[in-house]
Amino acid sequence: MDNLLEVKNMHVSFDTYGGEVQAVRGVNFSVKKGETLAIVGESGSGKSVTTKALMKLIPMPPGRIKEGEILFEGRDLAKLSEKEMQKIRGKDISMIFQDPMTSLNPTMKVGNQIMEGLIKHQKMSKAQAKKRVMELLELVGIPDAESRIKQYPHQFSGGMRQRVVVAIALACNPKLLIADEPTTALDVTIQAQIIELMKDIQKKTDSATIFITHDLGVVANVADRVAVMYAGKIVEIGTVDDVFYNPKHPYTWGLLGSMPSLESEVAELYAIPGSPPDLLNPPKGDAFASRNEFAMQIDKEQEPPLFKVSDTHYAATWLLHEHAPDIDPPEAIKKRVAAMATNSGKGDRS
Amino acid sequence: MTQEKLVEIKNLKQHFKTGRNSVVKAVDGLNFSIYKGETFGLVGESGCGKSTTGRSIIRLYNATDGEVLFNGENVHGKKNREQLKKFNREMQMIFQDPYASLNPRMKVVDIIAEGMDIHGLKGDVKARRAKVEELLETVGLNKEHANRYPHEFSGGQRQRIGIARALAVDPSFVIADEPISALDVSIQAQVVNLLKKLQEEKGLTYLFIAHDLSMVKYISDRIGVMYFGKMVELADADELYRNPIHPYTQSLLSAIPLPDPIYERSRERFTYNPNDHDTSEEPEFREVRPDHWVLCTTKEFENYQKEYSTVTE
Repeated sequence: MDNLLEVKNMHVSFDTYGGEVQAVRGVNFSVKKGETLAIVGESGSGKSVTTKALMKLIPMPPGRIKEGEILFEGRDLAKLSEKEMQKIRGKDISMIFQDPMTSLNPTMKVGNQIMEGLIKHQKMSKAQAKKRVMELLELVGIPDAESRIKQYPHQFSGGMRQRVVVAIALACNPKLLIADEPTTALDVTIQAQIIELMKDIQKKTDSATIFITHDLGVVANVADRVAVMYAGKIVEIGTVDDVFYNPKHPYTWGLLGSMPSLESEVAELYAIPGSPPDLLNPPKGDAFASRNEFAMQIDKEQEPPLFKVSDTHYAATWLLHEHAPDIDPPEAIKKRVAAMATNSGKGDRS
Repeated sequence: MTQEKLVEIKNLKQHFKTGRNSVVKAVDGLNFSIYKGETFGLVGESGCGKSTTGRSIIRLYNATDGEVLFNGENVHGKKNREQLKKFNREMQMIFQDPYASLNPRMKVVDIIAEGMDIHGLKGDVKARRAKVEELLETVGLNKEHANRYPHEFSGGQRQRIGIARALAVDPSFVIADEPISALDVSIQAQVVNLLKKLQEEKGLTYLFIAHDLSMVKYISDRIGVMYFGKMVELADADELYRNPIHPYTQSLLSAIPLPDPIYERSRERFTYNPNDHDTSEEPEFREVRPDHWVLCTTKEFENYQKEYSTVTE
């Protein structure tokens, strides 16, 4: 299948008084039609900047896309002007933001906010747009649409507001949907509803999704493929099964180990020591080396390339080099993977 | 575990007036006890009153009705300064937002020592400094950090400062209100490990309030599930996860996404419908299995008992 979006060697930097902050330092990935790619990582790993750069939503200046290509259906978005971008935003690519409290306009009726894009991009008349809004509200599961469109955002609960945001994002049938932590601010039960809704809609419309989150449970649920980001780079990328059942990068081990599982009894959680590096002066060599208990001499000197594990699975760690010693993942991770494999057969928790 | 009650909450009610004729019953008739040395987890969706409960226990709110007994003495009611101080020293709180809970104009040393100053525990300047440095090291920071301001720290480090501040007056009971919700996954694990370590070293008792159920399960000995100001289920952590009885608990558990793709593909979610309950009488808190309490009516109680008496574990 053809790639809908292809990002090649993208670098994004911010010029500050302190110097150049290299937020994204050369990422490569692609998204196919109908596919969900999840990007995971800590705050400051560059996952939000990456996706904002795709939409060219980073403030320029101080930000700039230093290098690289963003090919969307063959067109390089990095070279488009703001005016051309405005035709794509909300139409071909749209975005769902994290906080439903701040991403809606509090002084505008909900119906008008959804209609805005339709009138602008689809050149619909008001009556047509209204009809479409009713359809959308039904699609995202907001009952009593007729009276709801005349209300303001503060009259909606958090989960309902996020549904409105999803409706706005879907209004023009985008080919690519970028969801930046869409459920982080919501309760587990509401989170589950929104995720089910998004998956359902994706099936109906065959759109592609980039899903950003730091919740690995959500990733396991929504993603077809996963990219793990650290310090502005993708350190591991593969299908969900590759990354969850056969993780290769020590950072992925750390992320998986730091989540308690419901079944296993561990005395202490596996915590990644230290904190992420300062991207104002990225360290020489592997950025993860200082927090990595398996770091070797070479990690401090040279950056590891992406090694191929299988056709779908790549990881950037020197541990995969043919001359590297064989290192097993920490006990906690092995146990966890084993537990997952036995549990998943049963399919329930009892 | 010796079952000595440290905190006993009896029929606690916290109502807020929101208008001339409307009252929000944030907490409505809560009964539970927290034993010495245990971690009691309190879970529920936002707006269910779990934070309000924590704040009422420590008297940040004056309870509308009911009692909170701490070591047998009521926290609420008329108190003079000395009596209040005594409680405040024994009970401390760790807040959710590490950015908002530290005064940006105070140095870390003064933030941590503030409690000691108020309670007259500081001794001379040198002793005060030494105690702060010791606390910083206990929570995994350096003593050089004492002279910095909160904005110089990351979220995880700030939460450590919040913990050091709570520990400064040697409390026996700590209320942690969503202490890790604002932190990254990897940092969450660091803070949870720290809380566990401190509990072992100092014999602390925790009330751990959170909505992240997998983390609550991990840290808690017993868990209470709240729904609209009422506790609907209370049991040992393992028991609750293995045999959730109340339909709300079941729906909450079925909604947790786990980092396991194959499991996720087959996961089925229950939705809780509060109208499904038997409404013939007011539900009461009843012990369905040993140490496993559920809010139910007589009829539901019989059904639950039948259904769960065969489950051995």
